[in-house]
Amino acid sequence: MACPSGDKVGEGFFPYLTASAAALLLLLVAGILLIVFRGAWPALHTFGLAFLFETVWNPVADVYGAAPAILGTIITSLLALALAGPLGVGTAIFLSELAPLWLRKPASFVVELLAAVPSIVYGLWGLFVLAPIMRTVLGAWLERNLGFLPMFQGPSIGVGVLTASVVLTIVILPTITAISREVMRAVPSELREGMYALGATRWEVISRIVLPNSKTGILGALLLALGRAIGEAMAVTMVIGNANAIPTSFLAPAQTAASQIVNEFPEAFDLHLSSLFLLGLVLLVITLVINAGAVWLVYRTKQNAGGALIRHER
Amino acid sequence: MNGKQLRLAKSYLWEVICLLSGFAAMAVLFLILYYIVRRGAGVINLSFLTNLPTPVGVPGGGIGNALVGSAIMVGIGTLLAVPQGIAAAIYLDQHRESRLAIATRFAARVLTGVPSLIVGLFVFTLMVLRTGSYSALAGGLALAVMMVPVITLSAEEMLRLVPSTWREASLALGATHRQTVLRLVLPAATKGITVGIMLAIALAAGQTAPILLTALTSRFWLENLQQPTASLPVLIYSYAITPFADWQQQAWGAALVLVVMVLLLNVAAQLFVAARNREV
Amino acid sequence: MAESVTVENLSFWFGKQQVLKDVSLSAQAREVTALIGPSGCGKTTLLRCINRLYRLYSGASITGKITVGTENVLDPHIDQVELRRRVGMIFQKPNPFPHLSIFENVAAGIRLHGLAQGREVAERVESCLKKVALWEEVKDRLDRPGTMLSIGQQQRLCLARTLAVEPRVFLMDEPCASLDPVSTMRIEELIRELHKEYTVIIVTHNMQQAARISQQTAFVLNGEVVEVGRTAEMFVRTRDERTEAYLTGKMG
Repeated sequence: MACPSGDKVGEGFFPYLTASAAALLLLLVAGILLIVFRGAWPALHTFGLAFLFETVWNPVADVYGAAPAILGTIITSLLALALAGPLGVGTAIFLSELAPLWLRKPASFVVELLAAVPSIVYGLWGLFVLAPIMRTVLGAWLERNLGFLPMFQGPSIGVGVLTASVVLTIVILPTITAISREVMRAVPSELREGMYALGATRWEVISRIVLPNSKTGILGALLLALGRAIGEAMAVTMVIGNANAIPTSFLAPAQTAASQIVNEFPEAFDLHLSSLFLLGLVLLVITLVINAGAVWLVYRTKQNAGGALIRHER
Repeated sequence: MNGKQLRLAKSYLWEVICLLSGFAAMAVLFLILYYIVRRGAGVINLSFLTNLPTPVGVPGGGIGNALVGSAIMVGIGTLLAVPQGIAAAIYLDQHRESRLAIATRFAARVLTGVPSLIVGLFVFTLMVLRTGSYSALAGGLALAVMMVPVITLSAEEMLRLVPSTWREASLALGATHRQTVLRLVLPAATKGITVGIMLAIALAAGQTAPILLTALTSRFWLENLQQPTASLPVLIYSYAITPFADWQQQAWGAALVLVVMVLLLNVAAQLFVAARNREV
Repeated sequence: MAESVTVENLSFWFGKQQVLKDVSLSAQAREVTALIGPSGCGKTTLLRCINRLYRLYSGASITGKITVGTENVLDPHIDQVELRRRVGMIFQKPNPFPHLSIFENVAAGIRLHGLAQGREVAERVESCLKKVALWEEVKDRLDRPGTMLSIGQQQRLCLARTLAVEPRVFLMDEPCASLDPVSTMRIEELIRELHKEYTVIIVTHNMQQAARISQQTAFVLNGEVVEVGRTAEMFVRTRDERTEAYLTGKMG
């Protein structure tokens, strides 16, 4: 639109209305940062940066260190990314490059639906279906066969780091798949044809043309998924076991920043509440940085991956 | 095996791996749906949908108040977020490269990346601490904060699809900007914007953490908007983490209701998109 | 090295729509055969049957026979990888691989098929770039992306990329359609060089171009080959009035 608004008589307050609606979004972001920071200030003032490294979280003694929660967050989300990354990119390759045309739309829609299922439902499923399987089958097997490694040490009680990571894997899988698929679709078909015409096999076209030309976008999708895994609250809370200790084994119960907030929020006051806000601030800053990077990467590759982004950032 | 056979074999192997990933991803959805239907369908009947919760062991407990609470809070969220989101989208569409537009678009994208839990902390401080009570209003506001960026970004995308020649023609005929936007551009984009709103509603209906921090829950019918309010997701959570079998089963029933609603919204949105594509 | 291409009774459907109807055509080795005709008449499809590129898109069905050298291309057991190496293709829009350097664009096919190792790769890349008269222009910036070249240079880069896998046949789908007149002339010069060693089948919109570079011309209309003949004769005296109408600009 070449015409600036407000150049016609009688437009009244309409332009101001839309402009202030736009400005409100800015205000909202600033407000969230400010309010979480303000809530976190007493704890930040009391503990300083040591908050991040202290391992004791004791509401009775009113001493709070976030190391277990932060470590738990990092381990579960990275493990989830390690599981969902290959699976999601593989699925995206299938949907974008391999599936017959008639299957592509319905199959992509199924993946979209996977993203639509509320995370609380994944938590419920994780708690009542996955956790028992973990306890009696997978976790027990790991404990029996790999238990000599500290990271697979038992007892396998069903809930814990690994179970939380598997649930998170399901939560972030559609994000990775949908965005990777869109950036792969954006690779011009002339390039694929050019490579086929040289005598390449299907996989050679995928690995030498499609993936290199969409790698920035795929990286963005992975980052976005990581951000989502870090911020996910309910699904994790239900299956991580909620233990305030540095996790030493994949089978051990642990805590993430988000699960700690959900668990303790209702009974927290004063410094305890402020410490939870500080935990929230750490979470907010990490996810903001990761998401800003991810959005930048994805938009650099493909302007109109916007649709998938809007649907999958949370 | 010669070099070429090796290349072909490698290609088949990777194709099979990708195929299996694809089927695994789809299987996960069907597996989860299967469990939810199997465990949840048994408790669903009319009284489950309309009754109040009952104490442990007392039969006949329902999710009536949670359904009402969810509907009210999602309703409040929608009422707040739709006008706000569309107005912001109109601004973004009109001033694509202005400084405010670029900053707003960035803010909207940042906002979609803020964990829902943090939105809960924000509204908790803003409303619950100030009024001294968890409330449906606070819950609705938290949902609105979640919905606004989604509606803004998707509505802007839809407004952009309206050909600029239409606008120029309208302006050339002497219509004002306001008239052009309200009578021409918005109606032309209505279907697309509606799809965005439906998806935002589906997103809001499943939110748990922000509601937990702002509306908490309640075992009674909603009497006014300033008191703690039950919702479907929080009910699922609070029942699931108890050791009581009857509550756990009700959690599955509530999950089935929630999933059906959310998936129906998504399917309806998809059909809407398909219908629009046929028209174009 | 060049191999002849024979098309016999080829019919092609995309979905329910018949794109090619009982097409027969023979392209001699070491000759340029031009396919002319209005857009949408099936020329490009015919080209894409010869290297089986149509197989990338579902919904196609095909009957008839296409022979490259001695091999029936439509035989389901054919080695498609080897076929496409032997039958190179140049596209309407130059399509250098944007993530690869100029050097790696030319080397892509060499590496794919393992045609050379180590220093030989560089020698082969150089000789291909020299053949398309691009070496002097790019030898100091071989590590820059192929897409930074001008459109005309990009098309020559694509020619070099195809030359590098030692094809017998060149299929060219309106290779000059997106080029300026000077670049077009350079490509035409190259084609005139190429046909001494290769079989060239070129789709073109431009009748003057067909006249300038081809030995044989086939006129395609609505999926049928209406007329085939020596270019020199055909442009002087057509046998079919539809060809006449097209050539004199009453159609197309």
